[in-house]
Amino acid sequence: MKEMTYRDALRLGLQESMQSDPTIVILGEEVGRYGGAYGVTKGLLHEFGEDWVRDTPISEEILVGAAVGAAMTGLRPVAELMYVDFITLAMDQLVNQAAKIRYMFGGQISVPMMLRSQGGTGRSAAAQHSQSLEAWVMHTPGLHLAMPADATDAYVLIKHALTLADPVIFLEHKGLYAQSFPFNPESAPPWGRAKISRSGNDCSIICYSRMVQRSLEAAAQLAELGVRVEVVDLRTLHPLDMETVTKSVRKTGRVLVVTEDCLTAGVSAELSARITEENFEYLEEPVLRMAGEDIPIPVAPALEAASVPTNESIKQSILKLMRKK
Amino acid sequence: MNLNEAQLLQAYRKMRQIRAFEDRVHDEFATGEIPGFVHLYAGEEASAVGFCMHLNDEDRIASTHRGHGHCIAKGVEIKGMMSEIYGRRNGTCAGKGGSMHIADLEKGMMGANGIVGAGPPLICGAGLAAKFRKNGGVAIAFVGDGGSNQGTTLESLNLATVWNLPCIFVAENNGYAESTGSKWSVSCENIADRAAAFGMPGVVVDGHDFFAVYEVAGEAIKRAREGGGPTLIECKLNRYYGHFEGDAQTYRGVDEVKKVKESKDCLMLFSKRVTEQGLLTQAQLDAIDKEVAAEIEASVAHAKSSAKPTSADLMTDVYVSYP
Repeated sequence: MKEMTYRDALRLGLQESMQSDPTIVILGEEVGRYGGAYGVTKGLLHEFGEDWVRDTPISEEILVGAAVGAAMTGLRPVAELMYVDFITLAMDQLVNQAAKIRYMFGGQISVPMMLRSQGGTGRSAAAQHSQSLEAWVMHTPGLHLAMPADATDAYVLIKHALTLADPVIFLEHKGLYAQSFPFNPESAPPWGRAKISRSGNDCSIICYSRMVQRSLEAAAQLAELGVRVEVVDLRTLHPLDMETVTKSVRKTGRVLVVTEDCLTAGVSAELSARITEENFEYLEEPVLRMAGEDIPIPVAPALEAASVPTNESIKQSILKLMRKK
Repeated sequence: MNLNEAQLLQAYRKMRQIRAFEDRVHDEFATGEIPGFVHLYAGEEASAVGFCMHLNDEDRIASTHRGHGHCIAKGVEIKGMMSEIYGRRNGTCAGKGGSMHIADLEKGMMGANGIVGAGPPLICGAGLAAKFRKNGGVAIAFVGDGGSNQGTTLESLNLATVWNLPCIFVAENNGYAESTGSKWSVSCENIADRAAAFGMPGVVVDGHDFFAVYEVAGEAIKRAREGGGPTLIECKLNRYYGHFEGDAQTYRGVDEVKKVKESKDCLMLFSKRVTEQGLLTQAQLDAIDKEVAAEIEASVAHAKSSAKPTSADLMTDVYVSYP
């Protein structure tokens, strides 16, 4: 099967979308001449020109705000924030403007914009460049939220997101850009559907983004111990595919939710509550959570690595869930 | 001045509509029937109308929490606005937005906005879209003196010059950000002085004088339409009511508003000038006053008799695409 890096898949998705939709305009810090902080938009300036791949000043609030205004008036902007940590600077534009405009204005308009950014640990980028802030987005009605775990999903999700009429927050993982994955877009489920990345009957791991990879690695190790783990990759947090989650949960009766964002009031809390509410009679054990520690991300590599779930900690949690330790 | 009789009548009608609308909302709010927060524009009419008289539906404006005047000036239907303020289903925004969020995209009105300083980023986007359409469209953000101190406004001024956008930023300085005096909160003598720092023309104009506003607006809009870039214009004016309805206004002088009304009310100045110069007759103006009074009366009756949203409306229009 063909292989592709996560970064190249994103670029291909953007490129093909721009070729078919002349209203797409990319806005961001160093997206043009520099090619993007992580190289995703490299070469797009050359193909589409500086009107359509526009560098902005380092003004996160206005670059996202301008994207909202442009989306209200006929364009489909793709605003890029170098790091999701900088979303704090643009939060009003997302939360009070983009997410609310359709409802607040009685459905007379939609805001077809995308905000692309990346988050997560893995580069010792420290406390202001390593966070996983998807819970803030998920907590805001009106926004779609995609978090691809591999190259195929990076490609199919960005392409679909760029056909939606609603605002989409598209969060990539900095630890995945350079990795190669099997690339098979035809195999991908539709937008808003989770996928079973590994089948198993003993317990379910619900995860997304880079934690899919770690969960799969833990599951492979657990298979050697005779524990058959099912790994569900959510792919999008809005829409949230509870149907697929529920099916897996009712099959296995045991659930571990794994997220990189911090534990308290994080995505894992929401997922755990939803799974419990909707499947109470089917659960053999309480839903367990593995999430990032409730700390600012430290720079020292060993500390950074210990601040988020690892293959080993996921494995230990599953053993606990299976009462094998 | 290049306004013909029909345009003068139109300008007067718009200003009168705004005044009558706001005075009536003030009275109706006191009855307790209008839900939520209401911020009235009375006294500032010459600014909204002076700018919007130059615009067509393809041009975009973004407004503030004090947005009724901008809506009317941009052509949003009065009946729909009144219904919206009453939270009725047939309101401009289906009763989901209210006074602070009236928008009508077909009229190029990108919304009143409850966040101070929210308009400038939106019009940078609208200005970019207009630039791509190459039809000479412009985008105008109205902000108050309070909004002029927001980072969004300052970042927008910078971006508008960097991208050479067809944008005009109008700072309506009514002297108070809620109750905080602009003489204290604005770091320089005039808000418009900041334009120089962002590489664009800055103009101060008497916001009570429709003709003065109309002229400076015309110059800036023409420049923007021709690709000459953005302008920052400060209208110095006064609001007749409080920050919000219910504001006791203990921060204002006893006769402050009375003096303004007697000496430089925008409708009074307009009427005086057009009648003294023989451009319009008092009878023409009186006829408009009468028509507008009836129109506002009808809009209130219409709103009060209109259906409220139902529980079926609660969950609709959060998204276009539902799973």
